[in-house]
Amino acid sequence: MTVKELCEKLGGKLLTQAGGDNDITCGCSCDLLSWVMAKGAPGCAWVTVQTHMNVIAVASLHDMACVICPEGLMPDENVLKKAEEEEIAVISSGDTGYAICCKMHEAGIMPER
Amino acid sequence: MTIYTEEFRVERGNFQEAGSASSKIKRTLKKMGISPAIIREVAISSYELELNLVIHSLGGTLKLSIDGSQLLIISEDMGPGIGDIELVMQEGYSTASESVRAMGFGAGMGLPNIKRHSHEFSIESELNKSTRIVAKYNLI
Ligand SMILES: Nc1ncnc2c1ncn2[C@@H]1O[C@H](COP(=O)(O)OP(=O)(O)OP(=O)(O)O)[C@@H](O)[C@H]1O
Ligand SMILES: [Mg+2]
Repeated sequence: MTVKELCEKLGGKLLTQAGGDNDITCGCSCDLLSWVMAKGAPGCAWVTVQTHMNVIAVASLHDMACVICPEGLMPDENVLKKAEEEEIAVISSGDTGYAICCKMHEAGIMPER
Repeated sequence: MTIYTEEFRVERGNFQEAGSASSKIKRTLKKMGISPAIIREVAISSYELELNLVIHSLGGTLKLSIDGSQLLIISEDMGPGIGDIELVMQEGYSTASESVRAMGFGAGMGLPNIKRHSHEFSIESELNKSTRIVAKYNLI
């Protein structure tokens, strides 16, 4: 499934031009960066309340598909600019992190390997 | 015989740039055709060392060095040094401040992660002076 397709299913808003066609292979939800760094996987859709620059660095180092901000959180402009450069899609959704994970599961996205 | 090196300055407290040295190292390794499995492991080490320089050191350098069969990621800083190396290697041990923890750092996982995701790992440190950490990978 592509990021655009997932975004539609979530009823979220795609905040980046780049990365919409990235293929999603798995999902994860965690706000501790070194935890995600240790377990992250390529193609991951990562749900986190962290919205700062380093989230994009971690996502990019793991070739993740997208970052999903729950509860209507919005990263700053400069963070989105970095995401464009690194071709990491960023989605914002009004749902809670848990609800987003439920919807991802319904959409057939499995936990990270 | 070292056939390739790359060195990056890492500033204390510069969260805007944090991770950029690791990204550049990853790009270099990709261009060199290093296997994706090794690149992933190296990215974990370089990222954790870079962030530790930003958060815990007074500033330093992150270096990539390749000599044919071996790849090294080396972090060297200008202090403050580590008093008890065994203690900082414990999973969950962290001296990160509240504000840094609120950003999702400070799980006390960085150094144990590097150990787990490298072939050899060493810390040399002198308190009130400097710390040198090396993560080593065998390419063949
Ligand atoms: N370059 C350094 N200079 C001085 N102290 C350091 C350095 N790197 C790490 N430390 C010390 O070692 C501790 C453990 O480091 P580690 O990377 O494992 O965890 P952390 O950085 O606190 O949290 P995390 O990496 O999970 O975000 C740090 O909290 C800090 O006290
Ligand atoms: Mg750390």
